[in-house]
Amino acid sequence: MTEPLDIEAVEARLQEALVRRAVRARATAVLYPILVAAALALLWEIGSRVLHIPTFLVPAPSSVVSVLGGKAHVLVRHGWTSTQEIVLGYVLSIVVGIPLALGIYFWPPFARSVYPLLVSSQAVPKTAIAPVFVVWFGFGLLPKVLIAFLIAFFPIVINTVIGLASLEAEKIYLARSMAMGPLSTFFKIRLPHALPSIFGGLKIAITLAVVGAVVGEFVGADAGLGHLLLEANGAMDTPLLFAGLVGLTVIGVVFFLLIETAERLAIPWHVSSRTTFKGESL
Amino acid sequence: MDDEAFVRVDRLSKVYATRDGPVRALDRVSLSAHRGEFVSILGPSGCGKSTLMMIVAGLLPASAGLVTVAGRPVTSPITDVGIVFQNPVLLDWRSALGNVLLQAEARRLTGAAALARARRLMEAVGLSGFENRYPHELSGGMRQRVSLCRALIHDPAQLLMDEPFGALDALTRDQMVVDLQRLWNERRKTVLFITHSVAEAVFLSDRVVVMTPRPGRVERVLDIGLPRPRTLAMRETPEFIAYTRQILELFLARGVLKEG
Repeated sequence: MTEPLDIEAVEARLQEALVRRAVRARATAVLYPILVAAALALLWEIGSRVLHIPTFLVPAPSSVVSVLGGKAHVLVRHGWTSTQEIVLGYVLSIVVGIPLALGIYFWPPFARSVYPLLVSSQAVPKTAIAPVFVVWFGFGLLPKVLIAFLIAFFPIVINTVIGLASLEAEKIYLARSMAMGPLSTFFKIRLPHALPSIFGGLKIAITLAVVGAVVGEFVGADAGLGHLLLEANGAMDTPLLFAGLVGLTVIGVVFFLLIETAERLAIPWHVSSRTTFKGESL
Repeated sequence: MDDEAFVRVDRLSKVYATRDGPVRALDRVSLSAHRGEFVSILGPSGCGKSTLMMIVAGLLPASAGLVTVAGRPVTSPITDVGIVFQNPVLLDWRSALGNVLLQAEARRLTGAAALARARRLMEAVGLSGFENRYPHELSGGMRQRVSLCRALIHDPAQLLMDEPFGALDALTRDQMVVDLQRLWNERRKTVLFITHSVAEAVFLSDRVVVMTPRPGRVERVLDIGLPRPRTLAMRETPEFIAYTRQILELFLARGVLKEG
């Protein structure tokens, strides 16, 4: 027996399925990573117990967790130092990087003279410069901030220039036929057009700022998670080493999410804010 | 003064210097459009018709020759104009209404009057209810309608349109052509309409300027005497076909189109 086809019922069913799929996608976006991490930790825990892997080689997750709890105050203190270095280095790379990019884009002689220097500055390994900074600026905050800056500003400059330069000629023609002034054209058309690319650079830069701060701490420091890692390493305190790594990861991820949220707020119209994975809106 | 041509193009040439030697894009092109006249420039790809429009708009310099608009030689971008490109050229971060109002903002025509005008225009082209949609939420035809509204909101003396319907599907094109005729009929702007569609040119125009391929020269200027308003069905009438046929013969003779 065939039922009469009721198009309203079909619509309702499909609409409902869509909503259900959306809810499930949102839930799994949080749940799956947690489940995978938990499963890995469990496997690791069992493995290290069954195979009797010495703690100084690879500590079991349980011992890392107990360090995270027991030495929380130490981790937070060092984490705070690293956070300051990262934030200052990052802010400095924005404050320097974006005006530099504007100069490079709008003033060709400046671009011609500065660009080769800029590229050379990236070819020099930052780890090699770090000791020089220690000699010049000592063991305080400044050398770490400078190294974080030195690593992080480059993608900001490059992405900002690309964003500014990628505007279609037609939009500029349009602005000129509208009698739009250069300032208006910049703020109403060129800058908003460049924002997605600028945010791409900002997202790369924040992860690099974390790397820069740690590199600085490795070379010479009396505080910070990088310094803690070295100390733990020297004392063969591998659980503390891992706890330090967890701390750095948390800092890195939190900063990245902060920038991503800022991006979402600043350019809600852009594809990067609408979707993250292929075919799936978050 | 009114019988004087509003747009006059006099022996306009455009040559591009390239590594392989000079390339002639336009070769002594002369044409004119009276105030309120609808003139199409019809030609195959690469005949320099877009370049011609850009020079008339003052957005590209001429290599030789003279363009005057409203009696003044064009040496810098003219601003009493609305331009529609083949791409809608909308700003992704502005709603449909916001895109239309960009033109008004640029000219400091703000406030309720500009807003009311924008809404009226959008209504006239069937965009009511889509004012707050963003470009990515609109179909290709709707985006081009937004672009058309933006070109008209400041009530310019002249419209320059560069293959505005070239990227649209056949049915949407038909509708756009009908809508454009109606808007023009109500407002009587001087229109320079660049196209490679013979039917579109004959349907819309008072005069059709047929161009030759590379280098662009004026092959012939046809006065289209069909009564207005023209209807889509009119395209099947012998009078209409006589015009399109004439143009077809020109293209066949020039080798723009080949048979057999």
